[in-house]
Amino acid sequence: MAAPLVLVVLVAVTVRAVLYRSSLAAFISERVEVASPLNAWKRVVEGLALLDLGVSPYSGAIFHETPLIIYLFHFLIEYAEFVFMVSALGNLWSFSLVQFKKQKFLIELDKYAPDVAELIQTPMEMHYIPLKVALFYLLNPYTVMSCVAKSTCAINNTVIAFFILATIKGSAFLSAVFLALATYQSLYPLTLFAPALLYLLQRQFIPIKLKSKSFWLYTMQYTALYLCSLVVIICLSFFLLNSWDFIPSVYGFILSVPDLTPNIGLFWYFFAEMFEHFSLFFICVFQINVFFYTIPLAIKLKEHPVFFMFVQIAIISIFKSYPTVGDIALYMAFLPVWSHLYRFLRNIFILSCVLVVCSLLFPVLWHLWIYAGSANSNFYYAITLTFNIGQILLISDYFYAFLRREYYLTHGLHLTRQDGTEAMLVLK
Amino acid sequence: MGLLSDPHCRRALSRLVLRLNTPLCALSYVMGLGWFLALAFQPLAPRTYMSENAMGSTMVEEQFLFGERALSYAREFAGHKKKAGGMPVAWLEKTMWSLGLEVHRQPFARTLPFPDETRERYMVKGTNVYGILRAPRAASTESLVLSVPCTEGPHNNQAVGLMLALAAYFRGQIYWAKDIIFLVNEHDLLGMEAWLEAYHDVNVTGEVRSSGTLGRAGAIQAAISLELSSDVVTSFDVAVEGLNGQLPNLDLLNLFHAFCQKNGLLCTIQGKLPRSDWDSLPAYAHSLQTLLLMVLAQASGRPRGDHGLFLRYRIEAITLRGINSFRQYKYDMTTVGKTLEGMFRKLNNLLERLHQSYFFYLLPSLSRFVSIGIYMPAFGFLLLVLILKISFLGGREAGEGQAAPSGPGMDSRPGLLALVPPLLICQAAGLALYCLPVLGQRVATQHFPVSEAEAVVLTAIAIYVAGMALPHSTHRVLAGAGSDRGWMTLKLLALLYLALQLGCLALLNFSLGFLLAATMVPAAAAVQPNGPRVLLAVLLVLATPAATLLLGIFLQRELVEAPAAAGEGWQLFLAAVGEGLLQHHLYGALPFPFLALCAYPAWLLLWNVLFWK
Repeated sequence: MAAPLVLVVLVAVTVRAVLYRSSLAAFISERVEVASPLNAWKRVVEGLALLDLGVSPYSGAIFHETPLIIYLFHFLIEYAEFVFMVSALGNLWSFSLVQFKKQKFLIELDKYAPDVAELIQTPMEMHYIPLKVALFYLLNPYTVMSCVAKSTCAINNTVIAFFILATIKGSAFLSAVFLALATYQSLYPLTLFAPALLYLLQRQFIPIKLKSKSFWLYTMQYTALYLCSLVVIICLSFFLLNSWDFIPSVYGFILSVPDLTPNIGLFWYFFAEMFEHFSLFFICVFQINVFFYTIPLAIKLKEHPVFFMFVQIAIISIFKSYPTVGDIALYMAFLPVWSHLYRFLRNIFILSCVLVVCSLLFPVLWHLWIYAGSANSNFYYAITLTFNIGQILLISDYFYAFLRREYYLTHGLHLTRQDGTEAMLVLK
Repeated sequence: MGLLSDPHCRRALSRLVLRLNTPLCALSYVMGLGWFLALAFQPLAPRTYMSENAMGSTMVEEQFLFGERALSYAREFAGHKKKAGGMPVAWLEKTMWSLGLEVHRQPFARTLPFPDETRERYMVKGTNVYGILRAPRAASTESLVLSVPCTEGPHNNQAVGLMLALAAYFRGQIYWAKDIIFLVNEHDLLGMEAWLEAYHDVNVTGEVRSSGTLGRAGAIQAAISLELSSDVVTSFDVAVEGLNGQLPNLDLLNLFHAFCQKNGLLCTIQGKLPRSDWDSLPAYAHSLQTLLLMVLAQASGRPRGDHGLFLRYRIEAITLRGINSFRQYKYDMTTVGKTLEGMFRKLNNLLERLHQSYFFYLLPSLSRFVSIGIYMPAFGFLLLVLILKISFLGGREAGEGQAAPSGPGMDSRPGLLALVPPLLICQAAGLALYCLPVLGQRVATQHFPVSEAEAVVLTAIAIYVAGMALPHSTHRVLAGAGSDRGWMTLKLLALLYLALQLGCLALLNFSLGFLLAATMVPAAAAVQPNGPRVLLAVLLVLATPAATLLLGIFLQRELVEAPAAAGEGWQLFLAAVGEGLLQHHLYGALPFPFLALCAYPAWLLLWNVLFWK
């Protein structure tokens, strides 16, 4: 597996290096799909300039990165391109170490129906999954563009990848630290707390029962670890800049969505059109929407924390306030992990076509709206909407396929109705 | 969602698509063409109307009376032009200065990528002269442009004369709220591009060297380009199509039409007079001809007048051409001047940019229009053919995957990998077609007895034709992938690629997208390796973009009632190829790179499907 992996890395590095040197880099880094107000490289440079002048980088309304990022680039500004390459490779490294095991198989293999052997992945197939994940992440055009645009989204992705690695390796401490870092970076990964906890509990063979003492003990431990590391990181940021300015201008900016520059998300058009005095209420609704799915998913998927994590990452990247294509690339990297669901997916072909079409139409409609002046914002928003509906359908398709596979695993592949004919599972 | 998640519904739908695929495709294609033909039927095209409030409610009273003065300016200009052997810069500056304008000159130089043989120019040097009439009561934040090209020979002298007379008259009026720029540009579009880039202080196309412009008058709201070569006119022809088929706001056209009607001027579009009746067959044929001419002009992507480059800067602009033909009623300079005066006074009343009316339209006549919502279904039906074919192939693949249960995952992987070489080779052929003609012109002129311009065109054609030999070489790369499934996947990819690019193109330039779809879709849907191969090959060759261009040229000549013979058509074809390359390198026109980098590789993929072994 080493040889193809090296090949993938070489190709990925070459593509990025070539793009950094080409004239396309400037074009890509200006695209609203790639760089959001939160993570555009231009804003990092602005913040650094302010920092060098001895002014608080948060004093203007431009800079919305966290203090740790600005200090990271303060020392590494000369090597920014390398940082982004390394962050992409860090992702690769963590993905390739992750062995997405199905712990559940080992536990309850004897409970499955007898004729489902073909539904269970062979070790051979499992062996190639890390390579496929690496391939999907490194050569995904979305990742390449976000890396070339030097969007700091790549760094957030790396933190989340390390978090997943630490969780799957079973290290509660590192998992909590990286989760705290990810939360500190972009707030929304907070919801990944639930799947991580479920996974670690499952790994410790602790049953999830509200009355069990060991369950509460472990939960308290993990929560304490997480909160402590979060507090340490935030205090560190405070001491770096000696002010709390970053709290409103990072987290306030994420939650209250004051910048309505068009992007691939759902917020901008909605709040640009809305009367001012309704906007607080609807911002609350939109933000609760991101966090809310955790509860039903945690109940439904408490046996499958890895899948839960995937769905949660996807939901964050669809519903967050300033999404970019880099966020989408992160959850798309996980798609090969679920390649065993392929036969249960129903609309994967249509949906991938929809996503490709939308990705191509973004720049076309942007051109018509902003440069040619012949179209208007409704055209662009229509595509944004289609793109997001495509993503939502994709995720629900995966979700449904996962549930169906579980059903088949326990009930056998060939279901019969009461009258003896073959039955069909219908989602109503 | 119900349709997609309910298995019964799904099964019925997919059975319908699989069983009735060919009839549905044929029906959809015919519907698409039929819809397009119906667009010219007058009841479907509503009458144009003025949407802009600031221009609609009141009519202005024109008082321009200086037609004689315009003619004397024209004669003086002609004399000085002949004496200077080009643009009489000093005389123009002096005259504009004496009229009370703020005069600026802008020298520019540009070397073309290869010599332009139709206009006989290679290393171009020129000067634009422009005078700004400062509005007495405004802060120079908005302006209007009246531009006149200074062409070689005896053309366009009257236009310069009329412009100067209008400037003299406008200078005396007190109601101006926007500055007016009177521009005389040399070397038509080259000068216009240099001036626009310098005015907006941008560098879009690269190599224009010009000495910036000093005088500015704020954001330009609208521009009118005037071409006039005779002392009297019988009619005015209006050109709307700009670079890449971009169109000005329909209100500007409505404005011109309204003033033509007010002053009794005869006006035409695409050189076709409007007809009063609509319910007869000849009337329908007439408006269909006009519509087709507009579609062809828009599809060519080249500006049909000097106004074409303004549109890129979000400035609404049209070109007016005075025509002097053998008609009884002639209009003198005073009437023409009055029309222009009225238009400028109305534009002067604008409160914001022209944005109320349509930007996407087709015109079967000057007084009727077809908006985007009405013409898009025609394209939609053509695209539906591809979508049906794609879902057919996708459904067949999924069906086969399920029918062969022995490791479906392992079976399909090598199939997909084997398709990478043809994809890359086709794309590389497109890249070669895009880059080599201009890069290799020197080598070609050294080895063959041709001029540089011919070398470029012939290299392009040679690469284009050579691409058709590719299937033989790609098959050497493909080892043992000769299954039925292989070509179906390749065809699926080719159709997806084609559908994607046509869909994007139709939004940018409907006409080009529609023409390419109308020619390429049937061949693309029909192509397969195990059919009547000769017939399919002929069909596919006829559907190639180059053949479309050739057919377009013949059709255009047929429609303007000057049919071209085969030899002449071929010459026009060569000229059009050279022109397309030149337009791309000079102004950034899109048709050539689109054809070379997108449509041609997609077509090559289909060609590969046909010769699949």
